[in-house]
Amino acid sequence: MMRAILAALALTTALTLPGIAMAQPVTLTTTLKNYGGNGAYLAIYVIDPKGAYAGSLWMAGTKSKYYEHLSDWYRATGGNTAEINGITGASVGAGRRLAITLDLADALFDAGYTLHVDAAAEDMRDSPNEVAVPLTAKGAGQPVQGRRYIANFSYGM
Amino acid sequence: MIRALHRWPGLLALALVTLLAVSGAALSVFPAAERLAAPQADEDMSVADLATRIQSAYPGVEQIKRSPSGRITAYWFDGGAPGSAVIDPATGTGVASADPNPFERWLTNLHRSLFLDDSGRLLMAAGAVAMLVLAVSGFLLVARRVGGWRRWLAPLRGPLAARVHVELARGAVLGLLLSSATALWMTASTFGFLPDQGAPPELPSAVSGRAGALLASMPLLTATPVSALRELSFPYPEDATDVFTLKTDDGVGCIDQGTGATLGWSGLSGWERVSETVYMLHTGQGASLLGLLLGLTALAVPAMGATGLFIWLAGRARRPRIRGNAAPGRAETIILVGSEGGSSWGFAATLHAALTRAGQRVHAAPMSGFDPARFSGARRYLVLAATYGDGGAPASAKGFLDRLARLSAVPDAPLAVLGFGDRSFPAFCAYARSVAAAAESKGWRLLLPFETVDRQSPQEFARWGRALGEALGTALELDHQPVRPETSALTLVSRRDYGHDVQAPTAILRFALPRLSVWQRLTGQGFARFEAGDLLGIVPEGSPILRFYSLASGRRDGFVEIVVRRHVGGICSSALTTLEPGGTVAAFIRRNPGFHAARDRTPLILIGAGTGIGPLAGFIRANGSRRPIHLFFGMRHPDSDFLYREELQGWAAGGRLRHLSTAVSRGARPHYVQDALVADQLEVVRAIRKGARVMVCGGRQMAAGVAEAMTRMLEPLGLSPEVLKAEGRYVEDVY
Repeated sequence: MMRAILAALALTTALTLPGIAMAQPVTLTTTLKNYGGNGAYLAIYVIDPKGAYAGSLWMAGTKSKYYEHLSDWYRATGGNTAEINGITGASVGAGRRLAITLDLADALFDAGYTLHVDAAAEDMRDSPNEVAVPLTAKGAGQPVQGRRYIANFSYGM
Repeated sequence: MIRALHRWPGLLALALVTLLAVSGAALSVFPAAERLAAPQADEDMSVADLATRIQSAYPGVEQIKRSPSGRITAYWFDGGAPGSAVIDPATGTGVASADPNPFERWLTNLHRSLFLDDSGRLLMAAGAVAMLVLAVSGFLLVARRVGGWRRWLAPLRGPLAARVHVELARGAVLGLLLSSATALWMTASTFGFLPDQGAPPELPSAVSGRAGALLASMPLLTATPVSALRELSFPYPEDATDVFTLKTDDGVGCIDQGTGATLGWSGLSGWERVSETVYMLHTGQGASLLGLLLGLTALAVPAMGATGLFIWLAGRARRPRIRGNAAPGRAETIILVGSEGGSSWGFAATLHAALTRAGQRVHAAPMSGFDPARFSGARRYLVLAATYGDGGAPASAKGFLDRLARLSAVPDAPLAVLGFGDRSFPAFCAYARSVAAAAESKGWRLLLPFETVDRQSPQEFARWGRALGEALGTALELDHQPVRPETSALTLVSRRDYGHDVQAPTAILRFALPRLSVWQRLTGQGFARFEAGDLLGIVPEGSPILRFYSLASGRRDGFVEIVVRRHVGGICSSALTTLEPGGTVAAFIRRNPGFHAARDRTPLILIGAGTGIGPLAGFIRANGSRRPIHLFFGMRHPDSDFLYREELQGWAAGGRLRHLSTAVSRGARPHYVQDALVADQLEVVRAIRKGARVMVCGGRQMAAGVAEAMTRMLEPLGLSPEVLKAEGRYVEDVY
């Protein structure tokens, strides 16, 4: 499943540093393993250089009652669905691919920010911190493997 | 109303409800299997003990989960590779794969969403609504049928399909109510309609920043037994600010990984507890025996669906088809039918067709459904009514007179009443007459004067049709071709002749049971269901008029038996009494529920003379429970027409017949059956006072004599045959 969503996000505004209005479209591509379970919930969000939650980029999975299984994201946001208002889509089936395109401020790159993905699937292990990659210009296009569910994850400019 | 609420969800959602039930029944096996297969922890084992054991076997452990079945699963990372296993709590090591069972997952997705995600969930929820409506309406229907829910387990009668349907329902209804109601709760919870979502855990404000506390030193873990564990998550190895998170049956708490101290705790809300209980009740996870039980009750659903469909189809087949029946509210002419055996429906169909051809919108309905509010466009009412027994309401007219009496105002549209009957009976068209009288006394305007049709005469019916046409200002020709009931060929097996010497040639004729189709067996149609007291209809060759004989046997006896006396010039009785074994007649069953010996322990007083002994002998033959029966039998001469003499002796010896009193009418001192009754007066009165039921069968004169004698005998008790009749304790089958 190819999911190309061009999102002009309220969220990216929040991630835009004051005075620097430059932003560019970034595509996040997540390919899942064939883990043999129901569709996975994925939370994609950004952590700032001090380790604090900065904002969410995407939530795959629409039923908020299951968000607690994305435990890092849930703890960071208190499960507040306002954080993912307008950036929520369907859960991603095993072996499928999720691609989303959004505007991300230049200032987030090479500034100590990290991209995190939490994952969970019904009746299987919760996998917070499934992926954690630093946002760098050099790292763009470099696929990384997730811990349990994600075969590879990459961001490209 | 309730019936419609039961029928339509049942028919519309048949496939969906069946799929839900079958997949649910299959799923119910898994929690029980998991419970049996999972190694269980000791009663007094603490979470700290368990976690310590697992950690020593798998140092990279991240999460430990315990399912309601007691199965413990651990998830860990070892050298960057994720691992998981079902854990034996005794050793802390893995014993089986923790991967979900793909078949169970497939079934679960089928059961809850038909693999269609949210739209599928809504569809299945609609199926659960149908199931809930069916369970509630079915409960009310069964309660009504057996006479109140206190008599929930009362024995049932009726055709096989209906009995099976209700028997299954009685066992399954509670389980189905529970399953469907919990399913709807779970759907509401899944879609977030319920405030049962857990509060986010309190963020530990101050962590020590250290790591390395021993699991055994954490008070929360040592105090929590494994049986209360839901989930224990370990902190990230490299993150000193992270915490242990423990979920139990009571709530969620955090533990400092440096000090082992409990940092926060939040309990489950009432809503969460309810939702968890509902989940357990529906899935059987944590209550596997209940789950199996619910699965078993769900298995009744396909069978109930099939029998329900049969019942509906059979009911449709029984009622004659009226082509182009207009909607009740739009019809200008309303035909109300009071029919016992269905022949009045045939006349109604002819009338309906003729009026429709004349350009009218016509609605035909049973009289029992009379409700002027439904017939808002009615400009005239036509009532076609037969009579049951001595002036009683026929089956499809039950309650009509009560409904009429309750009306505050009769309809403006005028009324015509046509009675159907047989002039050889004194109560000829008595019910139709009482309907006409009641309508008139309420001030209902008449369109035509009351008329009758004798023995289904097409000529009389056509004449009435012409009168109706004149009243309507249109030419109306009613050409009625009576529909013959579907008959079977009965082959005579044996005959026994009596009464030749007393000028009353009589024969007990025994026919073989005809072959039954599967359909008849399932729906109880035709010869699949009859009992002594029902009627055998015979279609004589060369005569359009049907003859009816009381049956002396039931379906369980395995043969069809009647007692026939030859009448001078009687076409049918002559044909029957000269029939030789091997010969056949065309016959059909007509139910006669008013003259059945109810299947209970009530003592019976049976009174009959001549051929009237037929059904009474049938009751005695079927008296397997040895209820007290006293038979009074009148004959002409014991050497000539003592019908069933040998059998009666055998039945008396076997306990099926308690007393036999006979009366002989030929001889120096004629003695009739009512005289025998008077002779045993004390006995009879005592039995009636104790609740005995009286059943009289025979000629009209005999019945009148018996009623007269009874009136005199019962008077001192303040009782009478009329009072007993009203209570259903005095019934007659008279010809």
